[in-house]
Amino acid sequence: MIIVKYRKIFYAISVLLVVASIISLSVWGLKLGIDFKGGTSIEFQYGVDRPGVDVVKGKIETLDFNPSIKGSYSLVPYGQNGYVLKTRNLSEPERAFLMGAIQSNPAEKIEFKKVNTIGPTLGQTSTNKALISIVLVLICIVLFITFAFRKVSKPVSSWKYGLISVLALSHDVIIPMGLFAVLGHYLGYEVDTLFVTAILVILGFSIHDTIVVFDRTRENLKNSRGDKNAKSFETIVGESINQTFTRSLNTSLTTLFAVLMVFLFGPEATKNFSLVLLVGIFFGTYSSIFIASNLLVTIEKFQKKV
Amino acid sequence: MIKRRFWAVILILVSLLIGYFVYSTENSTSKFKFKLGLDLNGGTELVYKADLAKASSTPAEIKTSMDVLRDVIERRINVFGVSEPVVRVERVGFTGGENEQQLIVELPGVTDIEAAVAMIGATPSLEFKLLSTDAEQLSKDLEKASSIEEKNKIAEKMFEYTGITGKLLKKSQLEFNQTSGEAMVALQFNTEGEDLFAKVTKENVGRRLAIFLDGDMKSMPVINEEIRGGKAVISGNFSGSAGIKEARSLVNNLNLGALPVPIELISTQVIGASLGKNAVDASVQAGLLAFILISVFLIVWYRLPGLLAVIALMIYTAINLAIFKLIPVTLTASGIAGFILSVGMAVDANILIFERMKEELKKGRELGDAVKEGFARAWLSIRDSNTSSIITALILFFFSSTSVVKGFALVFLIGVVVSMFTAITASRTLLLAIRNDKAGRLLKFLFGAGFKK
Repeated sequence: MIIVKYRKIFYAISVLLVVASIISLSVWGLKLGIDFKGGTSIEFQYGVDRPGVDVVKGKIETLDFNPSIKGSYSLVPYGQNGYVLKTRNLSEPERAFLMGAIQSNPAEKIEFKKVNTIGPTLGQTSTNKALISIVLVLICIVLFITFAFRKVSKPVSSWKYGLISVLALSHDVIIPMGLFAVLGHYLGYEVDTLFVTAILVILGFSIHDTIVVFDRTRENLKNSRGDKNAKSFETIVGESINQTFTRSLNTSLTTLFAVLMVFLFGPEATKNFSLVLLVGIFFGTYSSIFIASNLLVTIEKFQKKV
Repeated sequence: MIKRRFWAVILILVSLLIGYFVYSTENSTSKFKFKLGLDLNGGTELVYKADLAKASSTPAEIKTSMDVLRDVIERRINVFGVSEPVVRVERVGFTGGENEQQLIVELPGVTDIEAAVAMIGATPSLEFKLLSTDAEQLSKDLEKASSIEEKNKIAEKMFEYTGITGKLLKKSQLEFNQTSGEAMVALQFNTEGEDLFAKVTKENVGRRLAIFLDGDMKSMPVINEEIRGGKAVISGNFSGSAGIKEARSLVNNLNLGALPVPIELISTQVIGASLGKNAVDASVQAGLLAFILISVFLIVWYRLPGLLAVIALMIYTAINLAIFKLIPVTLTASGIAGFILSVGMAVDANILIFERMKEELKKGRELGDAVKEGFARAWLSIRDSNTSSIITALILFFFSSTSVVKGFALVFLIGVVVSMFTAITASRTLLLAIRNDKAGRLLKFLFGAGFKK
């Protein structure tokens, strides 16, 4: 019951975080990776200790390109002894030329780990698809919840359950996005197609969680129907949250364990992916317990007033 | 009771068999070895865009064009002896319509992009198009046009699509002009091409038929009469010894297969073998640690049922891995991450059941009833929450543009479906097998969960 009673505090925390995220998203925006922008990315590793950034930059800047890549590329240390070089979309000969220059000293034993070139049109397609999938997932989930909860239209109609889930979902998704806007601005974290996947998984996980709590409310409402001393809606929701509390926490914990292991010990390629998931699943659990069901109570109260 | 235990034993035996299948097929000769994606194995991925914009053809024609494209490229790669290449055609999706098609070429083990690009780039595309009857007017418009877009629009109208393309080519050979001694490339169409060529030439006597090679116009002879027998000649560009050489390599390339439409390289990706090896090791390590951590948590918190959940989880893992092998699913780093995530979520079904069971026990029910009731009540939550996960996975699978995301979605989808299945079968059977209606204090303790409040 404590959770329902102090719901305004929880709303405040969420609103604060969401607003902060939206501000950082609109001020800095997400740093788009080559998956979306198009471009060339070259990951290479030295067989010996890597030279400083300036040394490698010096090598690259003496190259004669038309148009030049000077000033419009990034060179970031990566892993133990490697670098990731990102430039505009290079043609095949340009790329070969660049790789040859980097590799000019055989004593450095350079190994090219990953070379990736994505054309601008492909990048545009990926962006469109990413946006469309997110919107589609949201729409489908509202429809599904409206359907699954069609038998509990009193006192709150079933489409409102769907709407609330989407509100909670947006919350779960905006916060990790905001975090990545901050990380992108200060640490140069880029978002790629895997980032979009992570966002969609958060959607899936969080809705999973929210449905379990709603399902309990649905059951308790059904049981209390026809009861003369029926409890108030607020009490029923509060009880439902309490009853599912341990389960929500335990499920999130086990999932977080799994994701944490991928983050700590998994391959470099899925590091950022698991970081987004960690943040998203944490807030997903938070919103299922502290926000979604509480919103049901708020809506019910609002309906009574009107 | 005995029947329940009998089923539980069968279940465990079958799972052991599945586990053995997964384990034993991991030697190098089995065809059921895990299929690893390029990011784990090392290799090259090339993505080409098929330029269909100029071919105003029906969806069916586009499909045959793309099929020919795939076959030709496949044949060419096989000549170079790359092991297990994957060549597939993908529609770019709902935004682009039918005219946006991609050809994705995956070459495991190949890390030299230049060689790979050159190998495929040598495949010529061949198209025959009719010069528009409004050509004169159009070329005047072209001069007047200011923007590039406008020019492109007009240029597209200059030629009419005939359907005569490289896919109808039977063979090609080098010939020399009797009088000038200049080299020519002679083309012979197959039966279908013969008929089409005759029809097009018959209907368009007096007009010009342009021959396009790799999107460039090579020559534009006037059609004097209906041409039967399906023969054509590309000439006028091959003078001198350099010309002969060029004509000869063109003939060779045409004989290896000509593309019905030009293709353009839009993305390349190369992954070194060592990077892949590291990614596999890291993924396996992460997976094992995740499993151990989850198991310890379940057993400490839920005691005996927790142990059963761990067994159910092992069964879940075995079934999943077996499915990956049987379909087969190409595993990528993101796919493995998806699998580890799905293990975490598969636990959820068990937790839901246990929590419900605990509540029923608190209400003073007998252990046996509590198990049955707990399961029945948890089922609705399991069903509805997993349905929403399935919706997400399906959307990801069908609308994603990269193989990275597709790999993840497929694994995740399989994971969710299998987790529902094991919740109904494994978790339930095991719980029912172990319950005892005359439960002693020990068993009650073992079924108790969490810490006393």
